[in-house]
Amino acid sequence: MQFSDSIFATRFGISRQDLENYLGEALSQGGDYADLYFEYLLTSSISIDESMVKSAAQGVSMGVGVRVISGERTGYAYSDDLAPEKIRKAANVAAHIASAPSKVEKFDLNEGRKHNLYPILVAPTETAFTERVELVKRADRAARAYDPRIFQVQAVYADNLRQVMVATSDGRLSLDRQPLARLSVSALARQAGGPPQRGHSGGGGRVDLDYFLHDKTPEQFAGEAAREAIVMLDSVEAPAGEMTVVLGPGWPGILLHEAVGHGLEADFNRKGVSAFSGRMGQKVASELCTVIDDGTIGSRRGSLNVDDEGQPTQRNVLIENGILRGYLQDKLSSTLLNTPSTGSGRRESYAHIPMPRMTNTFMLAGESDPEEIIRSVPKGLYCVNFGGGQVDITSGNFVFSASESYFIEDGKLTRPVRNATLIGNGPEALKYVSMVGNDLRLDEGIGTCGKDGQSVPVGVGIPTIKIDRMTVGGTA
Amino acid sequence: MNGNLLELAQDIIRRAQAAGATDAECTIAEGEEFSANVRMRELENLKEAGSRGAGLRILIGKHTGSSYTSDLSPEGLEHLVKSAIELGDITTEDPHAGLPDPEEFGAIDGDLGMYSPDIAQLDTAVKIDMAKRAEEAALSSDPRISNSEGASFDNYVGRHIFANSRGFAGEYRSSYCSLSTSPVARDGESMERDYWYTMARSFPGLEAPEQVGRMAAQRALRRLNAVKVETQKVPVVFEPRTARSLLDNIFEAVHGMSVYRHESFLADKLGEKVACDALTVIDDGTIPGLFGTSPFDDEGVASRRTVVIERGVLKNYLLNTYAARKLGMKTTGNASRGLTGNAGIGHGNFFIEKGVQTPEQIIAGIPNGFYVTELMGFGVNIVTGDYSRGAAGLWIKNGELAFAVSEVTIAGNLNEMLQSIEVIGSDLDFRGSVAAPTIKMGEMTVGGK
Repeated sequence: MQFSDSIFATRFGISRQDLENYLGEALSQGGDYADLYFEYLLTSSISIDESMVKSAAQGVSMGVGVRVISGERTGYAYSDDLAPEKIRKAANVAAHIASAPSKVEKFDLNEGRKHNLYPILVAPTETAFTERVELVKRADRAARAYDPRIFQVQAVYADNLRQVMVATSDGRLSLDRQPLARLSVSALARQAGGPPQRGHSGGGGRVDLDYFLHDKTPEQFAGEAAREAIVMLDSVEAPAGEMTVVLGPGWPGILLHEAVGHGLEADFNRKGVSAFSGRMGQKVASELCTVIDDGTIGSRRGSLNVDDEGQPTQRNVLIENGILRGYLQDKLSSTLLNTPSTGSGRRESYAHIPMPRMTNTFMLAGESDPEEIIRSVPKGLYCVNFGGGQVDITSGNFVFSASESYFIEDGKLTRPVRNATLIGNGPEALKYVSMVGNDLRLDEGIGTCGKDGQSVPVGVGIPTIKIDRMTVGGTA
Repeated sequence: MNGNLLELAQDIIRRAQAAGATDAECTIAEGEEFSANVRMRELENLKEAGSRGAGLRILIGKHTGSSYTSDLSPEGLEHLVKSAIELGDITTEDPHAGLPDPEEFGAIDGDLGMYSPDIAQLDTAVKIDMAKRAEEAALSSDPRISNSEGASFDNYVGRHIFANSRGFAGEYRSSYCSLSTSPVARDGESMERDYWYTMARSFPGLEAPEQVGRMAAQRALRRLNAVKVETQKVPVVFEPRTARSLLDNIFEAVHGMSVYRHESFLADKLGEKVACDALTVIDDGTIPGLFGTSPFDDEGVASRRTVVIERGVLKNYLLNTYAARKLGMKTTGNASRGLTGNAGIGHGNFFIEKGVQTPEQIIAGIPNGFYVTELMGFGVNIVTGDYSRGAAGLWIKNGELAFAVSEVTIAGNLNEMLQSIEVIGSDLDFRGSVAAPTIKMGEMTVGGK
């Protein structure tokens, strides 16, 4: 997209000269760098409950965030009104952080290279509601049809279309149109005498509506949610203590997100508060582990053509054959550490200061046959689906909660196990990875990562892996 | 535009009715936020901005539609109305949908202590200095506090407007300020961080920065050199910060929407004994000055005091109009929503009534147990009550806090956990809208080595 075709030029009448003037005002009190982040966001959501479409909502939010960096200091202000006087006011508020003559003289905004990872002509948000409402209705019918023991189904379809423009005092002008859609299904099952059990599934990405009609249908997500709920009806309590844990492929990659991803974000390392601080070049995982963060995978939920600082995203190697190789950098950290940005500067909206964040984080495939991995375990736990996770980046301790697991007994999967929290320590946990499967899979596109109160969409992925020692937090 | 937001809301409702809505509700929120962060004695971030937005929910008969916008221009409002109306076509006729019954509308009169004008007038330099003093107190309290994630001073001043087509119109202002710091303690290879904070509706209500900094440092220091214990069953004590998360779990379980869907372990248990005699849980949105107080809920129903659990017996669920109708009950004035969508359910000041023993007395009575100061992860299943979370804290040995423990889990089932509560502490302290004193539970499984 060209600047002159963007909504910011056509609807709000903003010119290149205006952008340069605003940057000039932002740097009027001094400072090393300034940027403007314009956002125009359309959202919609439709939800079904008790087979009734009870809620449908759509909205518009827009605004501009102005940032000034002076040394290690950041000044930030935003406006939800794109009138020139309001943008200038925000620029002047952000400018107060600096108090020395600016070294920046001339901006010369240029539209740089960028990817085209989601070349979608019509975003889901731009389609008729009558088409989208069918997705939740189909999901509801399919989940109920799966098994008579399913008694509650909820499905939520949500999409958004974010148009962004970033203009920076180092001359970058980036525009992007970022579609995102997700369908989630939750099902409850019960059978005589027992408590209800829940199953959950969902997915999507930076896709068009056809994705839900052909690639991953509501029936597939609904069937998966219903299957999990039914399986859990016969589940037993999780065991407690250290044991061998095998993670299935795909969403269990949340392990990487929590165990290493957050700890490798450059802001924590620059400040020396991460358990990974000062460990560059050291062994932090078994040599079977290579962990990548890649914002350039087509149509993925965590992908971006440019990050929220206007920098093209890229493929970053975090851990290579067990050795710590790289941090995730944003503008501020890369400047202070005198290293290139990795295209990892992200923010929730125009009202938020960017930070180093993950995109799609995954482990490269190994050579083991997944069935052979399970056969190799005399006694352990096989975890295939997870709820959320969390990490304390300073101690490195992380948890993630398995919603669907199975006991492994004598190399075979036996009883289903419910609600097992797994806990480990980031720089230690992956040292116990003794087998890595040849079945790398990325998740379905459902993850949202929170940091400092800011939520951004992310992806994860992992092949089947075997971890020889991990603490499982059950009761049995 | 400042003074006329209530009229604007009423105007939006009239436009919606003119466009075909049989009923409509409009929320407008306006606010100004400020935050200053310092780190290692230097100013790091300064952020300041104001924003506002409007949300609309319409009914066409028993069909609903919702929309929101941050564009309050005439074109923006026209789009807002059109967006909500068009959604009325795709939603299903729902016999329970609709506004509250007219006799439910109301608001608490009088000053609820939610707003203090001094916050908007605070000098930026004073706020930065508060943050610096808090961090300094942490950094200078012990040589092992050698690093910091910084300190921040935040404040917010806002207005909330709600009106509907049945004649309810109300507004209130609110303010808060908070100060927090997060020091990092180090001893050899062991590195731990913790935080402490103070929050108030008015500036003089904040605790001294030095007190916040010292408390944060003490919390980080006591976590150093933590060990992982053997897997075992022991009594568990939740300090107020972690006990609060148990209240979050109870809230989810008495949430009217979860109850009518049967996705709560407390569904169908009204009048039953669900917890020990010592446990009384209250929701009270009327206490002046506290953070969960408001004159009316997000459907225009007056806030009130609701006893949720009384001496172990489940007395009431927390309801909005919709959940109440589904369950054949009356709303408890707990409707909550952002700018848009159907009303959800929130709480006012949600707390556990305090007992008589001090935390020291509680700990003194335990020969071998786990004092939990941090919980991690999302391993609570409200449908079944299954509970499994990451934990860190201090080991209790012969009635004293003996050493730090981390990288362990605690697990049980909330049904049994609530019944097994043995002692409720006397240290109830409102540091937010959810508050709990120290709680001593019976045995839980601690998962470790």
